[in-house]
Amino acid sequence: MTETTYLQAITTTLSEAMRADQRVLVLGEDVAEGGPWGATAGLAEEFGAERVRNTPISEAAICGIAIGAAESGLRPVVEIMFVDFLTLALDQLVNQAAKAHFMSGGQLNVPLVLRTQGGAGQRGGAQHSQSLEAWLTHVPGLKVAMPSTAADAAGLLATAIADPNPVVFVENKTLYFRREEVTERPPALPFGCARLMRHGRDVTVVALSCLVSEAMAAADELAGEGIDAEVIDPRTLVPLDLDAIVESVRRTHRLVVAHEAVQHGGFGAEIVAQVQAAAFDELDAPIERVGAPFAPVPFSPPLEDAYLPGRAEVAAAVRATLAL
Amino acid sequence: MADGAAVQPDGDVGLDLLRTMWRIRVFEERVGELTRADEVHGLVHLSVGQEAVAAGVCGQLRRDDAVYSGHRAHGHAIAKGAPLERVMAELMGRADGLCRGLGGSMHLVDVEHGLYGATGVVGGNVPLALGSALAHRLLGSDQVAVVFFGDGAVQGGIFVESVNLATLWRLPVILVCENNGFAEFTPRSAHTNVERVSDVVAPYGVERATVDGNDVVAVRTAFARFLAEARGGGGPLLLECLTHRLRGHYEGDPQRYREALAADEWQELDPILRLQRRGAAEGWLDDDTSSRLEQEAHEQVEEAVRFARESPFPPASLTAELVYAS
Repeated sequence: MTETTYLQAITTTLSEAMRADQRVLVLGEDVAEGGPWGATAGLAEEFGAERVRNTPISEAAICGIAIGAAESGLRPVVEIMFVDFLTLALDQLVNQAAKAHFMSGGQLNVPLVLRTQGGAGQRGGAQHSQSLEAWLTHVPGLKVAMPSTAADAAGLLATAIADPNPVVFVENKTLYFRREEVTERPPALPFGCARLMRHGRDVTVVALSCLVSEAMAAADELAGEGIDAEVIDPRTLVPLDLDAIVESVRRTHRLVVAHEAVQHGGFGAEIVAQVQAAAFDELDAPIERVGAPFAPVPFSPPLEDAYLPGRAEVAAAVRATLAL
Repeated sequence: MADGAAVQPDGDVGLDLLRTMWRIRVFEERVGELTRADEVHGLVHLSVGQEAVAAGVCGQLRRDDAVYSGHRAHGHAIAKGAPLERVMAELMGRADGLCRGLGGSMHLVDVEHGLYGATGVVGGNVPLALGSALAHRLLGSDQVAVVFFGDGAVQGGIFVESVNLATLWRLPVILVCENNGFAEFTPRSAHTNVERVSDVVAPYGVERATVDGNDVVAVRTAFARFLAEARGGGGPLLLECLTHRLRGHYEGDPQRYREALAADEWQELDPILRLQRRGAAEGWLDDDTSSRLEQEAHEQVEEAVRFARESPFPPASLTAELVYAS
């Protein structure tokens, strides 16, 4: 075992992929300087400016160039510095990357990874704090990964780079510097395979990204009240491991779905709809959702803190499913 | 370098250009009829009048050079070598279409012939060609990438982003603008104060030329020089072809926004008539050969229509099969 961070796991996985495959290249704003958090630190020194390409602030063109490069045989990994800026590249991602394989009758592949990061909690204001993953899950042709741990970030990124499809890899800025014990070389992880984070008998909590650790903290708190919560991290939203969630619900008969994104229209709603369709008779209580209110992320620190869902909201939702 | 009259095509080249332009012209006119007959479906944008650009450019490319196009792409596909019958079958939504019926008129792809794709979103194809050029360079190939777009694409932000990056990274890509003076229904003068697309890219230092895009020899001559540069690793380059879209923006467009050209005005512009006059004057084309090329195009197009009509519609299961590559 060795200690690492989510960010170091990303960097290590990128450099290993670039070492193993000459076709892998990294493009994005400031990537040769390591980017604002250092996710690409050291790559330019090892692999050179042709494969680690600093770009102007041109999200749409960066994304489009990566798609064209992928169609002609490279395996680009694009960094969009904040998921909020992905809005500028949506034509390329949604109309070009996601549909090229389909519209060409299977002739074209777009083995593209688009790394980005979302989430609030750093007083970034409403344009640097969003969680927009639900939009991406609505587009057939894209895969969406959203790891919550360093080991999963490493394992899923390796898989994403090897995938012949466009993958949006959504990191979370508040997770970057958490320290974590991992095996020396975390294994590549298949997409569509949820992680059971904690066994429990009374209620299933499905949590995404930074809400996973909040759900774990809530489960600790609830254990003190005699409530035994199971916590599941789907890890990839497309494809989604519905079976793992339904199997858990068949045992606990109660479900809470938690994410930091705005609750209204969030990916939690999709999980709820799929679970009730698959296991309506297993449910002993209405499914509870945890998410942000229907408002942009506020800047003022006390307001941002009040806005963000976390451990307390997850615990309250669990109690609600138990009518406590 | 816009003076194509300085270069004499030899007879073989001239006949090839004429053959390609006839294939496109006859195909497009037949597609117009089939659209009105509801045999060809959806939004259909024809390139009648603009054939010289497709023929003058694509005729010089290798099969493995990458071409990207836009919503008015039939001519580019044909000139790049896509089989007529598979293009027609695609427009009819049939299983033997280039894209197995999943693309349609605005999304033609034929990787075997280097057509990496048409896109229905104006301007969205430009960065894709840059990426293809980048891949060719990093993979050690001398393939070039070419992207066709209209003057309407130039007012989009993605165009400027792409030109900036192409010059910054010196990508071997040739940007071919078909400036037909209209962005959909609106004349260029109502969309921008910059008259020439070549002027838009001037500050970036892009090597550029503006030619009479209805003079196929002028297009071919200018493009030949650019192609040699890109083949040698140079670029980016921009070729602006001033041309005329004889039909509406789409089939069914009532064109209330402009006066139709008088027949004698069109005779002066028509790239096919112009090449025929030239061939006759230069002695490499006689009336018999001229009619034979037109007749052959009709026969090939009718054969393509027969092929497409006989092709079945794809099975409904195909939709789910092709969402992801495996």
